[in-house]
Amino acid sequence: MTTSRTALAVGIAILVAGVAAAAWVLSAPRPIDPETARAVSAPGDPGAGKIVFFLAGCDSCHMSPGQTDPLRLGGGRELKTPFGSFFPPNISPDRADGIGAWSAVDFANALMAGVSRDGGHLYPAFPYPSYARMSVDDVRNLFAFLKTAPPVSGRAPADRLGFPFSIRRALGFWKLLYMPAVRPVAAAPADPQDRGRYLVEGPGHCGECHTPRTFLGGPVESRRLTGAPLPDGKGKAPDITAAGLGDWSDSDIAYALSTGFTPSGDSLGGPMAAVVRNLGQVPQGDLNAITHFLKTVRPAAP
Amino acid sequence: MKMLGRGSVAFAALAVGVGAALAMSGAEAIKERRALMKDNGEATKPVIAMLKGAPFDLATVQKALATYENAAAKMPGLFPSDSQAGDTHALAAVWTDTADFDARFKKLGADSAAASGAIVDAATFKANIMGVLKNCQGCHETYRAKES
Repeated sequence: MTTSRTALAVGIAILVAGVAAAAWVLSAPRPIDPETARAVSAPGDPGAGKIVFFLAGCDSCHMSPGQTDPLRLGGGRELKTPFGSFFPPNISPDRADGIGAWSAVDFANALMAGVSRDGGHLYPAFPYPSYARMSVDDVRNLFAFLKTAPPVSGRAPADRLGFPFSIRRALGFWKLLYMPAVRPVAAAPADPQDRGRYLVEGPGHCGECHTPRTFLGGPVESRRLTGAPLPDGKGKAPDITAAGLGDWSDSDIAYALSTGFTPSGDSLGGPMAAVVRNLGQVPQGDLNAITHFLKTVRPAAP
Repeated sequence: MKMLGRGSVAFAALAVGVGAALAMSGAEAIKERRALMKDNGEATKPVIAMLKGAPFDLATVQKALATYENAAAKMPGLFPSDSQAGDTHALAAVWTDTADFDARFKKLGADSAAASGAIVDAATFKANIMGVLKNCQGCHETYRAKES
């Protein structure tokens, strides 16, 4: 009797330990693969990286508050979400407080795998599920460009997150659910349709605001780009699928993206104003590619 | 007597005007400011078309600039404290950063007036219009949240 009870207790203990070990393994941060790490370490082109910077709009979140220079990237602007407040970090080349001491692999791990320099998970308030689709070329060029920005000292405040979202390790499970299963490509596609998709789903990360999210904060893929409430609860990101764009012509869309002016004479506002300022700096061909792709997007059948 | 009479009429009219402004309910203020912004949008439509290649038309541009000036003068008075809720896209920042909000309309008015003097043909239109139109974005970024 006592023996069988002991055996049962031991069995349960082994089971619990097994489940805990499996959970620990499943939730482990997974950095980029060695091949990508090698490729991303080749020297980047800062000129090409500048265009990637404005396509991705890094400054929208990382620009130091209280000033207007998009290249002062000291971080610290509060990003309010239903899960708590995030304070995007300093990504200026400052060696102590920014990314000045980072390797290209550290940078690619953050962008493409959501893994921090110390090997932990990053929160997807940083849109790495989109950046995971970026090409190796774009990542290393962007890294080279960021190195040319002025160093800014000072660190952002710590994130303020509610429980259980404060458990960083649990992001491993979130990633199992929502990280796209993609292999990094060497170079971004050149064909306009493919390039448009790449820009929208990769560096442009349009879906981070325009695709509705589940209660866990993951994208609802069947309703991608159909519009969603903005994370801070103020207003809505509109439907930018073919249905939502309605009778806007190609040139209407491209013009709105780069100037903010819509065919009805309105001027885009809210967080899109910063996006428009950035897209005003990218080549017309990229705006046309984005436009071309958006007009083909139809929500998946329910 | 006659002068006094005219003065009294003017004064009475002024008093009625002020009284009307003071008595304006939040809902009326929202309605009025939305109408002014609608006017701005309608006036901007052909201007944007010109920037995208439609033929330049001086009268249309001048009409747009006059519309902005009119709105810029009236808008700061159309955000009474009881107009924060209701059929509006205005954000709370309008009432917390009032000085900046009002200053932006003052700038829109001044920029519109300056551009109105400077724009005489297609070339001066291209050179001066964006300085005015940029004011739209600045305010919509901070003080408006659209629901669609």
